Amino acid sequence: MVQPLEALVETPSQTAGPYVHIGCIPSFAGLDGVYPEDLGKSPISEGAKGEIISITGAILDGTGWALRDAMIESWQADAAGISPGDDGADPKVTGFCRFATDKDSGDFTLRTVKPGPVRGRNGQVFAPHISLWIVARGINIGLNTRIYFDDEDNSADPLLARIEQRPRVDTLIAKTTGAGSYRFDIRLQGKGETVFLDL
Amino acid sequence: MTDRAALMPRRRELQPDPYVPDYKTSVTRSPALPLLSMESTPSEETGPRFGHSLLGPLDNDLIRNFSEGKALAIGERIRVHGRVLDETGRPVPQTLVEIWQANAGGRYRHIKDTYFAPLDPNFGGCGRTITDDDGRYEFMTIRPGAYPWPNRANDWRPMHIHFSVFGHAFGQRLITQMYFQGDPLIDLCPIAATIRDRSQLYRLVAPLDMQQSRGMDYLAYRFDIVLRGRRQTMFENKPEGM
Ligand SMILES: [Fe+2]
Repeated sequence: MVQPLEALVETPSQTAGPYVHIGCIPSFAGLDGVYPEDLGKSPISEGAKGEIISITGAILDGTGWALRDAMIESWQADAAGISPGDDGADPKVTGFCRFATDKDSGDFTLRTVKPGPVRGRNGQVFAPHISLWIVARGINIGLNTRIYFDDEDNSADPLLARIEQRPRVDTLIAKTTGAGSYRFDIRLQGKGETVFLDL
Repeated sequence: MTDRAALMPRRRELQPDPYVPDYKTSVTRSPALPLLSMESTPSEETGPRFGHSLLGPLDNDLIRNFSEGKALAIGERIRVHGRVLDETGRPVPQTLVEIWQANAGGRYRHIKDTYFAPLDPNFGGCGRTITDDDGRYEFMTIRPGAYPWPNRANDWRPMHIHFSVFGHAFGQRLITQMYFQGDPLIDLCPIAATIRDRSQLYRLVAPLDMQQSRGMDYLAYRFDIVLRGRRQTMFENKPEGM
């Protein structure tokens, strides 16, 4: 016998279900007045430093159909690559946003500042990116992925470098559609499946 | 500056399977390719923080918060309480906990819910709170009803409350469901069954807690939640150059 390892294990996840909006963005779901406003309505406030960008996309299932009932959360650094809450971070950037796919079109839009490169351990530098967490009916544990940008230098990013099948890197890169606007579609399954993360 | 240690890897084998044919919607919404696994980075090790100024006085009282205290929701009055811990056993203080649920008849106040059980004019179905220094939280609510759902022809959800917890890092983010002790529908539910390991599933079943119940007022249920922990070592995590 050995000494027992006393560690707890993470509580298991369950799907957020079709009514996630009631709990997380109740005003969006039509439950006005319970809270003054939905949490994470915007990741920035007036005067945030950096380039204001907008990213539109859809979340497509294995048949190519866009999810109408998903909720997404995003988390990011400020324009200087500093995490909100850290010393020197831009006070106008909360970095956190909650948004849903439209119940008719299936599109989502995230309006934010473009983040700067983020420094990690041991001198690692990550190219500008926004982390996403996707929950919906039929998704049993939230899906993590990242948005990178096609007008940034992603060549040395340590996460993208870990993707063996190089064409799949493309699934994490938002495409410029105009000045400050990008398209980023997420494919849950099948051809062009987005790279989802476990980190 | 928050703790920047790496997160412990998720024990995916103890988490629900993404692809579970009996839960039909998961069939086309589950990735078919393996996840890309690597050590957490600052983007997962940091996360949004919310202060008590966010909260209104009735935010954790679902019996009263929809009517702004003017009338009470219909249903069995319950108190749901517990602690948020991490995998090292330490409490997770000052973290946001949000819940949502059906009313006593099993109906959600949501445009997509067309079940013919009636809406309760005094029940909205959402609440939130922030854990105290010991990681404790509590809600007053009514016991939600079981409800039928379109999956197989006669599938019913056990009584449940949806929980959303932040922790202090984006990589700790968790949404789950709390079930109630003694509900026979738990063992019939394809969503509950997405967790293959039954002992893991039963961690989502809240026991009746008579000690914390109040006579002539409410029954209590206890529900503790564990979030991912961080690796603890003195060999890493020093700022560069030190
Ligand atoms: Fe539900």
